Amino acid sequence: MSKAVRLKKGLDIKLFGEADQVKVEAKKPTMVALKPSDFHGLIPKVILKEGEEVKRGEVVFYDKYNKDLKFVSPVTGTISEILRGEKRRILEVRISASSTDEAVHVNPIDPSSISREEVKSTMLANGLWPFIKQRPLDKIADPSVTPKAIFISSFDSAPLAPDYDFILHGQDQFFQHGLNALAKLTDGKVNITLNGKGSPDECFVNAKNVVINKIVGKHPAGNVGTQIHHFDPIDKGEFVFTVNPQDVVTIGKFFAEGSYDPTRYVALTGSETEGRKYYKTIIGANVESIVKGNLTNDNVRVISGNALTGEAIGEKGFLGFYDAQITVLPEGDDYKFFLTDGWLAPGFDKYSSHRLFPTWLMPNKKYRLDTNLNGEERGFVVTGEMEKVLPFDILPMQLIKAIMVNDIDAMEQLGIYEIAPEDFALCEYVCTSKIAIQEKIREGLDVIEEECM
Amino acid sequence: MKALKKVIQNLDPKFEKGGKWEKMYPLYETLSTFLFTPKHVTQKGSHIRDGVDLKRTMFMVVLAMIPALLFGIYNTGHWHYELQSYLNPEQYGAYSDYLTGFGDKVVYGLFQVLPLVIVSYGVGLAIEFIFGFVRGHGLHEGFLVSGMLIPLTMPADVPLWMVGVATAFAVVIGKEVFGGTGMNIVNIALTARAFLFFAYPTAMSGDKVWKSGTTDVIAENGGTLPDGASGATALGDLASFVGDSPVVSGEVLAGGSTSAELIQKFEGAYDPLHAIIGMIPGSVGETSVIAILLGAALLLYTGVASWRIILSFFAGGLAFGLLMNLVGANAYMDIPAYYHLIIGGFAFGAVFMATDPVTASQTQYGKLWYGFLGGGLAVLIRVLNPAYPEGVMLSILFMNIMAPLIDHYVVQANISRRQKRFKTA
Repeated sequence: MSKAVRLKKGLDIKLFGEADQVKVEAKKPTMVALKPSDFHGLIPKVILKEGEEVKRGEVVFYDKYNKDLKFVSPVTGTISEILRGEKRRILEVRISASSTDEAVHVNPIDPSSISREEVKSTMLANGLWPFIKQRPLDKIADPSVTPKAIFISSFDSAPLAPDYDFILHGQDQFFQHGLNALAKLTDGKVNITLNGKGSPDECFVNAKNVVINKIVGKHPAGNVGTQIHHFDPIDKGEFVFTVNPQDVVTIGKFFAEGSYDPTRYVALTGSETEGRKYYKTIIGANVESIVKGNLTNDNVRVISGNALTGEAIGEKGFLGFYDAQITVLPEGDDYKFFLTDGWLAPGFDKYSSHRLFPTWLMPNKKYRLDTNLNGEERGFVVTGEMEKVLPFDILPMQLIKAIMVNDIDAMEQLGIYEIAPEDFALCEYVCTSKIAIQEKIREGLDVIEEECM
Repeated sequence: MKALKKVIQNLDPKFEKGGKWEKMYPLYETLSTFLFTPKHVTQKGSHIRDGVDLKRTMFMVVLAMIPALLFGIYNTGHWHYELQSYLNPEQYGAYSDYLTGFGDKVVYGLFQVLPLVIVSYGVGLAIEFIFGFVRGHGLHEGFLVSGMLIPLTMPADVPLWMVGVATAFAVVIGKEVFGGTGMNIVNIALTARAFLFFAYPTAMSGDKVWKSGTTDVIAENGGTLPDGASGATALGDLASFVGDSPVVSGEVLAGGSTSAELIQKFEGAYDPLHAIIGMIPGSVGETSVIAILLGAALLLYTGVASWRIILSFFAGGLAFGLLMNLVGANAYMDIPAYYHLIIGGFAFGAVFMATDPVTASQTQYGKLWYGFLGGGLAVLIRVLNPAYPEGVMLSILFMNIMAPLIDHYVVQANISRRQKRFKTA
């Protein structure tokens, strides 16, 4: 059953600033936030008002279009602010944590012993369902569909990504419990993909009730999208659910202990930080508790997630719901003289997939890359560059053009059901014309959702 | 440097929307972004970006053309003095040797070729700026390459006003009406060349334009070229093989000559080694295969040009050349196939024209077909339709039009392959 794949395409962007494999306790955050923007397309209905008290695991808001889909508080505290943006859209529900910790408790259940519907309703009611995302569309899974498979990637191949083997070490029991719960949701199998290079942690290797596949290659080998494409591709009308390994533990823990435990190990990474370690904190935590005092530079961008797909949140922002990594990069908002560090410079400090830069001469060098666009947006000119970093049997430029001209038939035929914006992050990185490709992919998925789903 | 940076920093707001000199923004943007990569940071999606941009990519192409340009300058000078050596044997007799009179030839070539470059860039950039002003953006880098390609594809004697008109036509009709850099359907520089070829054929073909100063020599010599002199190119001579009075290098041969005799004469006049080095008359930048391959090496090494296109273009030319040999209906068909690759604009077209990523096929497999058919068609046009001695230009233009069709089939193959996965699963 298990399969192994070796990828030829892809790109490992070697950034400086990996986290040391040390786990430390972060300062307890005084403020946490739930950000509806972490869940694409979600319109939240908040049921608590500012000033009301909330317990850990208590519902804060639910999905306007699916009342069963609940989002719960990761801490005990008070709703301090509901931050709204344009058109009164809710950006953040901020909860100030109190010193006490009181959780909503239910009776522990063995997920193997209950029905699919019971697993589903337990997860929906207790804020666990949002951990499950679906392909196509790359958003919270639709509880009404039955996926043909569930995919869990045991590793992240993005730049400076956290090491899940390290994070999950010793969590075998909860992880397995989570897998048992997930196995109930599909008629097919739960698939775990291991990194074919290196030695994966026992919690992955010894997992039961699953299919274990192996993949070897450069980023995006660790993306579930890449893995699904190679092991069990999605046709129109099919669904695959995906879950991050750390979230499987959270799900397992809930079933085992009966309460919501939002504990999260987060890797502090990036060239502009000190104290790069794995911090134990909670979902939605104010990153100030981790980042403060660890920055080596004033002009930085603090990103929840990795450098390719994360969200800029600022030094006082909040950790994203799905993120296990904080990346701090130098902001690139300065002019670069063309001969010394601009477009005609030798470019020893630039990481490029093109041989126009000497990157390829120094395969082991680690780079301190800033956020400069390194050019200006242009029409598509260069061809063939994206194909080199996209390990899919998908024609990237043709698909992107189909999205640009809103050709739904072509989008379907060219494979839009199989992809997520994160799978095209490298295409965006290498694009000579500096086109915002992940945004385009998202636009395409939105059209598909509206017209075809 | 810091002072300059400060100047830019202070000027920036004045040209932005609402600033004092807002209207001059396109010009300012072009100049300032040439000097400094702007302080734009990533807004959405990936926070870090590859160091490469279109400026660096296009600059590399211009750099790759420099060997061809330099050789073209010298070659222009040489053939000018070669004709003079017939007219004034006492003064210039020794100049018929390729390397004698090096300085004179360089100086003459410079005065002949640089004006072409200046006019091409001047006219083209001016038009690009006008469109930039209308559309509110600075110069997009595409024309930096076209501006150099245009003079290299012209005979050195072409009147400057014609270069200007052709450039204007190519930039406006070939490119800007489609939306600018990256949007055009056919190659800009070839559009310019084809425009002149059909609008002013006497300036672009025949046997009076390839050696600089031919018309002056004819006038001085009383209406004809001096004995033994020729103004034709290798391709022109080959085209004459199909007609009743074949000519090789000015010498009219008997109508009844056999193929073998003609080819022997031809090989004597155009030694393959000379053709590879580029010591033959022709358009400014097209003659030296070595100079062109130097550029090709740079483009392939940096990955700017597609090896698929270049390789398959040469392969296509050779394959169709051999096919013609098999048919062998006339002397032109019988010439050794490799000759096609080293005379005329074949190598130049393969390396610098066919590889234009905007107008070539965009799929990896498509590029192979595109190149192969392009090279093959160039030979077909040359041999089967001697009214157009230079088949490469027309063949690449034709393939530009065909590229989307080739891509269409590659995309369809991808679609059906992708669908098959589900049927077998």
